[in-house]
Amino acid sequence: MAIEKTTREKVEAGLARRHRKEALFRVVGMLATVVGVLFLGIFFATLVAKGSTAFKQTFVQLDITLEADVLAPGGTLDLGYADFDGLVRSALGKQFPEVTARADRRQLYRLVSVGASYALRDLIEKNPALLGTTQSLWVPASSDVDMLIKGNIDSNVDESLRTLSDQQIGWVTRLAARGRVESRFNKALFTNGDSRDPELAGVKGAVVGSFYMLLVTITLSFPIGVAAAIYLEEFAPRSRLSDLIEVNINNLAAVPSIVFGLLGLAVFIDWMALPRSAPLVGGLVLTLLTLPVIIIASRAAIQAVPPSIREAALGIGASNTQVVVHHVLPLAMPGMLTGAIIGMSRALGESAPLLMIGMVAFIVDVPGSLTDPATALPVQIYLWADSPERAFAERTSAAIIVLLGFLLLMNFAAVVLRKRMERKW
Amino acid sequence: MSREETCLTMTTMTESITDNPPPQAPVPNDGRQRDRAEGIVLSEYPRQETELGGKTIGKISCENPFMVVEDVNVYYGDNHAIRNVSLEIAKKEVIALIGPSGCGKSTFLRCLNRMNDSIESARVTGKIMLDGQDIYAKEQDPVALRARVGMVFQKPNPFPKSVYDNVAYGPRIHGLAGDRAELDAIVHSSLERAGLLKEVKDRLDEPGTSLSGGQQQRLCIARTIAVNPEIILMDEPCSALDPIATARIEDLMDELCEDYAIVIVTHSMQQAARVSRRVAYFHLGLLVEVDETNKIFTNPQHKLTEDYITGRIG
Repeated sequence: MAIEKTTREKVEAGLARRHRKEALFRVVGMLATVVGVLFLGIFFATLVAKGSTAFKQTFVQLDITLEADVLAPGGTLDLGYADFDGLVRSALGKQFPEVTARADRRQLYRLVSVGASYALRDLIEKNPALLGTTQSLWVPASSDVDMLIKGNIDSNVDESLRTLSDQQIGWVTRLAARGRVESRFNKALFTNGDSRDPELAGVKGAVVGSFYMLLVTITLSFPIGVAAAIYLEEFAPRSRLSDLIEVNINNLAAVPSIVFGLLGLAVFIDWMALPRSAPLVGGLVLTLLTLPVIIIASRAAIQAVPPSIREAALGIGASNTQVVVHHVLPLAMPGMLTGAIIGMSRALGESAPLLMIGMVAFIVDVPGSLTDPATALPVQIYLWADSPERAFAERTSAAIIVLLGFLLLMNFAAVVLRKRMERKW
Repeated sequence: MSREETCLTMTTMTESITDNPPPQAPVPNDGRQRDRAEGIVLSEYPRQETELGGKTIGKISCENPFMVVEDVNVYYGDNHAIRNVSLEIAKKEVIALIGPSGCGKSTFLRCLNRMNDSIESARVTGKIMLDGQDIYAKEQDPVALRARVGMVFQKPNPFPKSVYDNVAYGPRIHGLAGDRAELDAIVHSSLERAGLLKEVKDRLDEPGTSLSGGQQQRLCIARTIAVNPEIILMDEPCSALDPIATARIEDLMDELCEDYAIVIVTHSMQQAARVSRRVAYFHLGLLVEVDETNKIFTNPQHKLTEDYITGRIG
């Protein structure tokens, strides 16, 4: 080399390349973030666009005469046998007195949901004094009418390809013109269990089922997971056995969830004879699923506690248990909670293992206890997505929104808890 | 534990080098070079020399010994970290342990209140008697021992609790206070004796971690003396502090030694000279020389001691 470059020259020669690389790195990172946010935005936008209509339901106003001799023939009112349906039909018939042919009348009756007679029954049950009076009531329209009002049925399509005939559409239009059709908040979506009739189907059964399951899961998996993590980290002697346990726990976290469902079926239902479709069994299965996640996160949280705190406590004469309970546990708790919330979120979204233990059944009643048959939100979504009725499509999206809301609420609670427990050191 | 590990690897490194000494290369005496070549410097003194030199030079014994260490060996797995160390510690004296990094002085200190118990691979042989009782005896509970032999660490490590709770922690777990008033009294007197009360009187409810470094270390000392121990072990208590905070801690030690025996590990020869009555020099796990501080610093008997205090090694 004739001219020896100085260090400064060498550094400066490479600077441009370094800056280019840095800029590239930043751009790639930003692109990745933008793509992620974009997908998330599309997801939420479509979800809300499709699901928001499910929160409204079309109602029809009918003047129903609660005739005493129809409802209580012979003077005794028997709610189980009273012909509420007939009252709703005659009220509907009064709106269109010109419709007399049997086939036409049957078409006419399809405009109103069977939920109308349930509503009537509830009304009478609550206030028997209304017997004999005429009430102007808003009753739910059938899901086909609902779809028409929401613009999901195209009247230009050939009549045979629609669920509503031209005649029916005509009636609905006339009812609407009389101001007897209205879109109202769909309370049924939140207060009812599942139903074959979309306008009556609700998520309450699934929400309660999911809630019970997660209750079982958190009460079992958090204490067991934390206790196992503490034992493994603080007390277990290092040996081949403890290494083996560690490897197995890590592997368990990666086992496909349906395998846990099979295990639950074999152990909890076949062997322990617990009831099928019960949130108790679902919770137990999800406990198995979330335990490894909680153990791993808790161990990491315990390891992150600075050894100086441990030494300080030991040095002052705290026993091992006191060190753990007074110092390690409070400091590790935020991390453990994070693990728990990750596990719970996973458990809330699981459907595969629940299929194995019979939680996929069509269950109308809202579960009242841990052993009542129930479904869970993801399974409900799966069931609705599978249903042919057009109106279940928007309800599927609505159920997903409810599921996400549930998740958000859970995470929020965890964040608040964690913030309260977080301490500086 | 990380400090212990580095201490461990250092020892292994220096040992493997001392086992077959490389040709003697003159080592330039600037700091950076020396750090890197520490093993080589030490290798000028093969272990045989100190071993052949045999017993510890100076006076291991003292009047009214309170803690008696006899032929203590510590092993970390296969690593022989402390070799046949014997030492007596009197009541109300300050004894400083000095020596180059990895010489085992911290390990030795941690033997005195069984802090090495929590290291699984550590094994201690020999006898350590506290007031006539073997602290490694089966029936000795380390918890009870640590209430009598307190410890202050290198890095200030207050609990992430309030100042009050930091000091009250020891008395609480040992059940030293009968009621709240008694506990208050203990906390106040401990803070007072640690020279911290004036500064934190109105901040007892604030977290201990919000204090300055020097205050934190004094808080740790207050926490230790709140249990009223008989011996206080200090592992380089001032290495993370500035000179002013260091001076305060040293003053404090002067006062504390009226009530407690203090064993202090330090890297600062000046500090050893200022605070201690006796000095013990460790080298590669051996206790090379123990004597009155004056004597060690003015007239060291062993060549290793002399080289260390004159700054030629370590």
